[in-house]
Amino acid sequence: MSLQRLVTIIKKEFLHIKRDKASLAIAIAMPLIFILIFGYAVNTDVENIDVAVFDNDKTLESREFINKFAKSNYFNTRIYTSNIDKIEELIDKGEVKGAIIIPSEFSKKLKRKENPQVQLIIDGSDPTIARTALQSGVLIAKMYSLTKQEKDLKKQGVFSNKIGAVDMRTRVWYNPNLESTRFTIPGLIGLIMQNITVMLTAFTLVREKEKGTIEQLIVTPIKSSELILGKMIPYILIGSIDFLIALFFGTYWFNVPIQGDSLLLITLGLGFVICALAVGMLISTVAENQLQAMQMSLLFVLPSVLLSGFIFPREAMPKLIELAGYAIPLTYFIKILRGIILKGIGIEYLWKEVVFLLIFGIILLTIASVRFKKRLD
Amino acid sequence: MDNQYSIDINNLTKIFGDFVAVDGINLKVPKGKIFGLLGPNGAGKSTTIRMICGVLTPTKGEGKVVGLDLLKEGEQIKQHIGYMSQRFSLYEDLTVLENLKFYSDIYSLPKNISKNRISELIRMAGLEGKEKVIAANLSGGWKQRLALGCALIHRPRLLVLDEPTAGVDPVSRRIFWELIYELAVQGITILVTTHYMDEAESCDEIAFIFKGSVLAKGTPEELIKDRKGKNLEDVFISYVEEQTGQKVNSSFAEMKFLRGIEEGDGE
Repeated sequence: MSLQRLVTIIKKEFLHIKRDKASLAIAIAMPLIFILIFGYAVNTDVENIDVAVFDNDKTLESREFINKFAKSNYFNTRIYTSNIDKIEELIDKGEVKGAIIIPSEFSKKLKRKENPQVQLIIDGSDPTIARTALQSGVLIAKMYSLTKQEKDLKKQGVFSNKIGAVDMRTRVWYNPNLESTRFTIPGLIGLIMQNITVMLTAFTLVREKEKGTIEQLIVTPIKSSELILGKMIPYILIGSIDFLIALFFGTYWFNVPIQGDSLLLITLGLGFVICALAVGMLISTVAENQLQAMQMSLLFVLPSVLLSGFIFPREAMPKLIELAGYAIPLTYFIKILRGIILKGIGIEYLWKEVVFLLIFGIILLTIASVRFKKRLD
Repeated sequence: MDNQYSIDINNLTKIFGDFVAVDGINLKVPKGKIFGLLGPNGAGKSTTIRMICGVLTPTKGEGKVVGLDLLKEGEQIKQHIGYMSQRFSLYEDLTVLENLKFYSDIYSLPKNISKNRISELIRMAGLEGKEKVIAANLSGGWKQRLALGCALIHRPRLLVLDEPTAGVDPVSRRIFWELIYELAVQGITILVTTHYMDEAESCDEIAFIFKGSVLAKGTPEELIKDRKGKNLEDVFISYVEEQTGQKVNSSFAEMKFLRGIEEGDGE
């Protein structure tokens, strides 16, 4: 390998990048735009679920009970109705995701120490919303009943702390408020990095094939490793800038502080950038034209969104699908990102992921170099 | 002595799938000569040239190019050949100077030599004052001379030109061929494909290629004498007619579709 030829290729790639300012601007703006859009959009924290209220009782107690729902942040009890058909219509239309129906005997039964039945109807078409509504609805009713029972017991001279019961003290580590952004942002940084960098290199060699410039290169003494590496290096720089932008915006804008060693994270991020660029380069050696390169990139990028465990836990997947995730570099990098950003763990727990990424990068680059044989046939 | 030939290939064959593009071609190109390859479109000229330059791998056959083995020493051969493909294959988004500089660095020319060589080639190609022009903005003739410049930057012993003057105006074509002669005088061997008969007649030797094999070779004079033609165009057409068994109309006036239009108009 000749250093001079390598530098020549690097310089030439920089010239291409410099001349194509629009592409450069897109490459730099992309992490910013993606982090903002995805950061807000990928949010599984369900709040303010619209529900209709059908209060047949209209007493102090029934209003108090409804108020518990309204104050919980989980429900939004704006729509009141006095018609059961109206509820069906509202749910069908999608104006509300559920309804609370309080029977006419509600307060009377409570006073008589009976158990009045309240109905909570939930639109189950979106399980995420439905699950939240169901759990928080049940919990609100339980809490309401519990405080009511305590009051009654107090009147009878029985104090609840005198009755034996389990006192469960829960403590959630790393993300005490269970904010979903804390979970999604680190994964998002990885996903965005992968998508941008794969696309960056997927087109570099294909463009030379399409424009015919590769033919002139083939008749020169250049070696395929010099060409592949020389084409990678400028994009490693752009990819690293992208990574820093994504990391900065992801963590500062969405208030997800890096608990661990930032320097380690940046170093490993650079490694991942090289790995993803190598995937793009491999695509570039296989594809015949830019359209094919685009299709192959999508074929790689889309499944990795799911298989890497970016949103859905890999533990919940069928074994085969879970195993497929191991073939994707992003899977390891997301583990690294979550480990360092959320848990603040160091290399002592992440070395396996680092080794896998390293092996991936070397294998991919070798295949790309070997595949590109400096021939047109 | 095999050193007297710049190209000496035997039984070179290229098969794509079940299509035989080149069918056992033998060629001997003497050093310092201008050798022309003639033949209709799809005859296998470009494929032959690409195999000689190492762009395509031969399916069968062997040969020596600039005294080196085509199959085993392909990468060394590349140091000594200059190649201009049919399509403009320099970087259109780079300037004239950047393109020349890129190729001079790829061939690892030392800085001082590179500088002299580049200014020499810019002068040769008549590109003075256009050094900073983006290649895409050059017109056909300039582009082709820039491509020639890049192909010559490392002073190759063999220059291979695949239809270098296709789509270029007559004046640029004349200028280009004057450059070619000059290079031949300097001792560079030139292998060129062309469809222009005047260009073919100025070659030292030519070979007719049809359906992947060589039909005839010799000096233009020999070939004309052999086929008893008036000029090379007659020879070319007579070979194609002989091979396809179809009569090729010798003048436009005889062409049926033209007369058809006239008759149609008369009605």
